[in-house]
Amino acid sequence: MSIASQLPVLPIIMPIMAAPVTLLLPKGRAPHLWACLFTWLTFAACIALFREVDMSGPISYHLGDWAPPIGIEYRIDLANALVLLLVSGIAALVMPFAYRSVQLEVDERQTPLFYGAMLICMTGLLGVTITGDAFNVFVFLEISSLSTYALIAMGARRDRRALTAAFNYLVMGTIGATFFVIGLGLLYQATGTLNMADLSKQLIGQDNRMVQAGFAFILVGMGLKLAMFPMHLWLPNAYTYAPSAVTAFIAATATKVAVYVIIRFFFSVFNFDFAFIGAAFTYVLLPLGLLGMFGASFVALFQEDVKRMLAYSSVAQIGYMLLGLSFATVEGLTASLVHIFNHALMKGALFMAVACVVLRAGSHSIHAFAGLSKRMPVTTWAFIISGLSLIGVPLTVGFISKWYLLNAAFAAGHWYAGFLIVASSLIALAYVGRVAEVMLLREPAEEGKYAMAKEEAPLSMLIPMWILVLANIYFGVRTDLTGDIATRAAEALMMAAGGAP
Amino acid sequence: MISASLAIPLSLALPLVGCIAIWLLDKHPNLREAATLITGAILLVLALTIFGAVGGGEQPEHVLFEVIDGLPIAFKAEPLGAMFGLIASGLWIVNSVYSIGYMRGHGEEHQTRFFMSFAVAISAAMGVAYAANLFTLFIFYEVLTLSTFPLVTHYGDDKARNGGRIYLGVLMATSIGLLLPAIVWTYAITGTTEFTEGGIMAAHAEAVGPIAGVLLGLYAFGIGKAALMPAHPWLPNAMVAPTPVSAFLHAVAVVKAGVFSILKVAVYVFGIDFLRDTGASVPFMWIAAGSILLASAIAMHKDNLKARLAYSTVSQLSYVTLGAMLATSMGVMGGAMQIAAHALGKMTLFMCAGAIYVAHHKSLVSEMRGLGRVMPFTFGAFFLGAMSIIGLPPMAGSWPKFFLMLGAADAGQLAIIAVLMVSSILNVIYLLSIPVQAFYMNPAEEGAKPQGAEGALIQWGALKEAPILCVAPPLFTATGAFLLFFFADPLYKYLSPLIGGQ
Repeated sequence: MSIASQLPVLPIIMPIMAAPVTLLLPKGRAPHLWACLFTWLTFAACIALFREVDMSGPISYHLGDWAPPIGIEYRIDLANALVLLLVSGIAALVMPFAYRSVQLEVDERQTPLFYGAMLICMTGLLGVTITGDAFNVFVFLEISSLSTYALIAMGARRDRRALTAAFNYLVMGTIGATFFVIGLGLLYQATGTLNMADLSKQLIGQDNRMVQAGFAFILVGMGLKLAMFPMHLWLPNAYTYAPSAVTAFIAATATKVAVYVIIRFFFSVFNFDFAFIGAAFTYVLLPLGLLGMFGASFVALFQEDVKRMLAYSSVAQIGYMLLGLSFATVEGLTASLVHIFNHALMKGALFMAVACVVLRAGSHSIHAFAGLSKRMPVTTWAFIISGLSLIGVPLTVGFISKWYLLNAAFAAGHWYAGFLIVASSLIALAYVGRVAEVMLLREPAEEGKYAMAKEEAPLSMLIPMWILVLANIYFGVRTDLTGDIATRAAEALMMAAGGAP
Repeated sequence: MISASLAIPLSLALPLVGCIAIWLLDKHPNLREAATLITGAILLVLALTIFGAVGGGEQPEHVLFEVIDGLPIAFKAEPLGAMFGLIASGLWIVNSVYSIGYMRGHGEEHQTRFFMSFAVAISAAMGVAYAANLFTLFIFYEVLTLSTFPLVTHYGDDKARNGGRIYLGVLMATSIGLLLPAIVWTYAITGTTEFTEGGIMAAHAEAVGPIAGVLLGLYAFGIGKAALMPAHPWLPNAMVAPTPVSAFLHAVAVVKAGVFSILKVAVYVFGIDFLRDTGASVPFMWIAAGSILLASAIAMHKDNLKARLAYSTVSQLSYVTLGAMLATSMGVMGGAMQIAAHALGKMTLFMCAGAIYVAHHKSLVSEMRGLGRVMPFTFGAFFLGAMSIIGLPPMAGSWPKFFLMLGAADAGQLAIIAVLMVSSILNVIYLLSIPVQAFYMNPAEEGAKPQGAEGALIQWGALKEAPILCVAPPLFTATGAFLLFFFADPLYKYLSPLIGGQ
């Protein structure tokens, strides 16, 4: 038994074993370094997995050597290999980034707990992505959600509202998870299996009430988790009051993973033979995606708090992903997958920039950003470049996303959706432009609450942030990893679902 | 000598290198300005190389890399682009000399940032000039918008902030909201964004036919830099920038990038035959005609010289759009020549406006009466520039008007000829009146006497001209506008591949 053959389980087993150890370590540097080490190892394992899948096709790994459908199967194809790479990559950048920010924002006694919870949260997200077993999805989903509730609540040191935000998220998240598990239960009733591949086989010809209800429960449950408009109400507070590093991590990963689960269930468990899949695309995802794009962008425009503004923008961006999906074409699916990846890069970088500002100015209100270009030029430019990416300016990943989405919309004949996509980008232009103007053209506050010295964030924060910013540019001009892989993944998913290739 | 196809990427990279050099020489103003000028000189040589190669019948190409499958960042010089590249790089040097005089004469702050932004902008303008497909064009178009934003908001006060907001708002909103969907739509239908002789639409006439008008409208208004009304408000608002910015960017590089793109789209994406056959361009021809007259009418009411020139630019840019939308060869030729002629003429006018401001701190037309007697060179250059804009021989501006009228006659649109005539008359009123008043009228102030000795038209003994670096450049471009009048035939021959000639 070589280690290589156990590769698929490493991204799960390593961090989950490492997480409890952080609690035993002394407070201070040690838990942080330990967590960093394991996120990097996990990232390395995910890179290896990705290369393996890229070169020799999907991998099926049987946990404990129990053969599916009885045993749990990890099944990795290009679609989830890409998401794994993304989640672990963001974690590998956020973890070193977190140290200074956590020092400021989290109670020192809680830091071992914090890093442990971060590791568990990452494990949960990776687990949701990697598994080929529907119930296992639920288990990992809860692992990641529970740790996220705790992480958000740790923001209470700076702002007590973090507690209510965490509690709200807990209630909503639990409802979502419950719906999801009820849906799974109904499918299990209908088929007697929980393995996704097996489910898909057993479901053939079963277009009955039970399966329909199961599907509806799953859709609503995941809709809550991924903050599908109008089920997004938990998200703005959770993102705003969580510690900055947590926001950077979950904003870049958590909702993306939920979108991935939707994709997986739509295309790999169900398929186009079910009439309700088409209906869900046309009557649920398409209108809700569009509503989210506009509703949330519009709300973002009026936020005084930059972190909250970005949170609403995330809801809007999820709308893009759902919209891409709803076209039910290879182009649309590609656009969604590409945007999952790209949006993580831009939002990660943006929330990191906010974290840097919080470190120096102690606030994420827009007033703290006044004249920032004179106080923290390096952070300012990171924010501006990622902001341009959010708008979709050429040479950034945002532009690539927009291009794929627009192309999908026009190719699918939804030309009105094309214009709505760019219209909502213009709202992004307005809210990013507002912050940029404040940063570049206002004078910094000399005294009072928002006064700050001319001091950049420490290198431990600037370097990870700029890696993400540069990734925004690199993947904005080279799409070998995003576009090509996403296209291949989308083609495979589409073929399996029996849609037009 | 380097090959023309290598000169293309070099002419994009060089200004960026220059930008870094300018940044490094922040503390040494003289060396910094030398960096700008040296970069400009080499760039001009590169542009000449490309211009020469294209003149010899070559079409130098360079593919940078593929961004998305089938969508490369690629460059290919053709006559129109080679001409635009040459104009932009040549006038950049003139403008740099002028900028040095203006910025120093005026004691401006943030000069390093100013010259750096200029360098990035010229690189982007080169990218627009040589772009081989719409995808590449769009990328550099946006870079041009963003790189000029710091120039527009140079003063950083409330006025600059408002102007900058409108500038960026209109240009980004039109380009992302209209131009980008137009390009993607084109790509979704035809599977390419490559500029092709004869256009790419004709081969997909069935799919494009019903939406040709819509698509053309998306391009016409989406290319906001062409300032076709009502997408023009950014241009008057950009006048809050220092005058060299208005002179070069908002008379040459930025606005010409806009109308250049319109011409490229009309000729190489739609194809003028396709436009004529479908009649898709007719509504936009009328919009352009309306834009010409309306902007001139507004210009008449502006007392601020820069605002008047800005509206005159809006009007003159629509000549190019009009030429494209006439969908005749002569119309396209007129539009293409207008790019060259208007660049020289309008830049002269703006530089004169700046010189007047540096020397006398006057920006209102009504304050300039009698000023010509002490600034004969400046107002002389202004006079020549105005003649060219109006289209009076022997200035370069007369040729585009001539070809546009021919084009209108070919298209059977006689009303357009009337529009062009009325516009010229309006131009005479609001442009020529300025130097005439400056030379012949007494100052507006109550009881003030003409400066200098009584009775003499020009006070040779008591000249109060702007610094030489502010006066020589407008004289130079005015001379250029004069000389170009006599080189209309070579220019016509050079551009004739555009309209299917050899």
